[in-house]
Amino acid sequence: MSIDKDKIKHVSKLARISVDEKKIDGLTKDLTSIFKFIEQLNELNTEKVKPLSSILNEPLRSREDKIDDGKMRDKILENSPKKNEEFFVVPKVIE
Amino acid sequence: MSDITKKSLTEIIRLIKKKEIKSVEVTTSFIDNIKNDKKLNSFITNCNEQALEKAKSFDKNPKLDQLLPGVPIAVKDLFCTNGTKTTAGSKMLENFIPNYESTITNNLWNEGAFLLGKLNCDEYAMGSSNETSYFGNVMNPIAENTVPGGSSGGSASALAAELTPTTIGTDTGGSIRQPASFTGIVGLKPTYGLCSRWGIVAFASSLDQAGPMTKTVEDCALMLEAMAGFDKKDSTSINKKKENYSKNLTDNIKGLKIGIPKEYRVDGMPKEIDKLWESGKSLLKDAGAEIIDISLPNTKYALPTYYIVAPAEASSNLARYDGVKYGFRSSKGNNLIEMYENTRSEGFGDEVKRRILIGTYVLSSGYYDAYYIKAQKVRQLIKNDFDQSFKKVDAILTPSTPSAAFKIGEKKDDPISMYLNDIFTVPVNLAGIPAISIPAGFDQNKYPLGLQLIGNTLEEQKLLNIAFAAEKKINFKQDLNKWWEK
Repeated sequence: MSIDKDKIKHVSKLARISVDEKKIDGLTKDLTSIFKFIEQLNELNTEKVKPLSSILNEPLRSREDKIDDGKMRDKILENSPKKNEEFFVVPKVIE
Repeated sequence: MSDITKKSLTEIIRLIKKKEIKSVEVTTSFIDNIKNDKKLNSFITNCNEQALEKAKSFDKNPKLDQLLPGVPIAVKDLFCTNGTKTTAGSKMLENFIPNYESTITNNLWNEGAFLLGKLNCDEYAMGSSNETSYFGNVMNPIAENTVPGGSSGGSASALAAELTPTTIGTDTGGSIRQPASFTGIVGLKPTYGLCSRWGIVAFASSLDQAGPMTKTVEDCALMLEAMAGFDKKDSTSINKKKENYSKNLTDNIKGLKIGIPKEYRVDGMPKEIDKLWESGKSLLKDAGAEIIDISLPNTKYALPTYYIVAPAEASSNLARYDGVKYGFRSSKGNNLIEMYENTRSEGFGDEVKRRILIGTYVLSSGYYDAYYIKAQKVRQLIKNDFDQSFKKVDAILTPSTPSAAFKIGEKKDDPISMYLNDIFTVPVNLAGIPAISIPAGFDQNKYPLGLQLIGNTLEEQKLLNIAFAAEKKINFKQDLNKWWEK
């Protein structure tokens, strides 16, 4: 698997991280060597192995279907970088 | 009382319970050390005044039947603390003040302890040298310009330098045990699910586990006892009865079987580490254990597996940092998408971005089966190796790390060589089992080296007992000249 600049750009778009043009070469080099390292796994035949989905023996618990907002609205809003009364504010989405 | 800060946690608690020292004296002694530290950079946030107030109110009305009465504790800055800034070592959370307390820290406070400060760590716990923190490198008290390991580097450094009597870290691929080994302290990664993850800034949720970092194995048992327990707020918390690890601690390990996995002997490992491993074997034999050669054939695939699973989970966990609900927001960008992209680009450091990109890639359409599913299959094989071994042995002995602490900057530009630090610690996280690192000797530079004991699921008591027996035989002593105060 070779990693090229276009792939980096595509993935950074998916991850919503803008990548500085100046850093793209270094990143391509790093990711290429990391994927080469990761691809050692291809040596292993895993055809008959089931993928592990949980290391616990028990299934996940489900909680009771009860609404609990913690009554923390105002406290949670305190950490917002931009707010207006009880709303989080984001750049305009609808034209 | 002189040198309170040199004492073990257990000894400090004994003196508090006998009313020979007050919590204020203990707290003041550690605060003095914190104030004298000019170079380690192990703290991100000091809580000196708040801690002193807590100590005073403890002394007025001391509750001595608790596990940690009147003990000040600085914790890794990955644990959310109500009303105290929690940064995860990231610019993204530079000004984040949680409105809730993590279950683990809450458990400590319920046992009589209180917060002394928040300790530096690699950004979002991604790193093995504490060099990825937005708040700068941490230094290892063993020598200037030497890394303390990571990601719980600030925790290890602060404890080894006697700036806190005990501490806690988190371990996703070795982040407790590797820094413990690098700084000459004890560090335990418990069974996945034993300590609640609730309120800990998430990195890779199927691997993350909090654990104690302490001066002695006895302290470690006590801290684990305080931390562990079922928590309904963590969906993977194990529901089981609490254990009295400290009360049941014994160095009687006669007849226990210790496995030595041949795959942990890697090329280029310094000969001191090989020697240390050999001496570990013989001292456990002296203590009455039986040494058995075992094989964990898929060991070499653990690290490549980890570097698929952990970034994949991280890319998903860190999707929440969007500059809207909390944390940093970039002022650049003309629309919502650009705001997201700039926020995440400016708010995350290079290593975090690298891992998010790897994770996004291995989970993306067309690659998911080839990478992520493949890794989960290999993870199953690695777990099977351990399951097979624990039919024959009670615990496994390995070195904790393939080298001693290295210099700041030495491995920073080569991600693979940095990742190789965790070669002996990562398999344990993938299998969800417990492991402890104890200080066991030194390399040629007099830098500490650790031995790792790996146990089966929920066999922390057995693991602590073996570590306790080994610790007594090793009699590790580290004399630090406090260069950081000059």
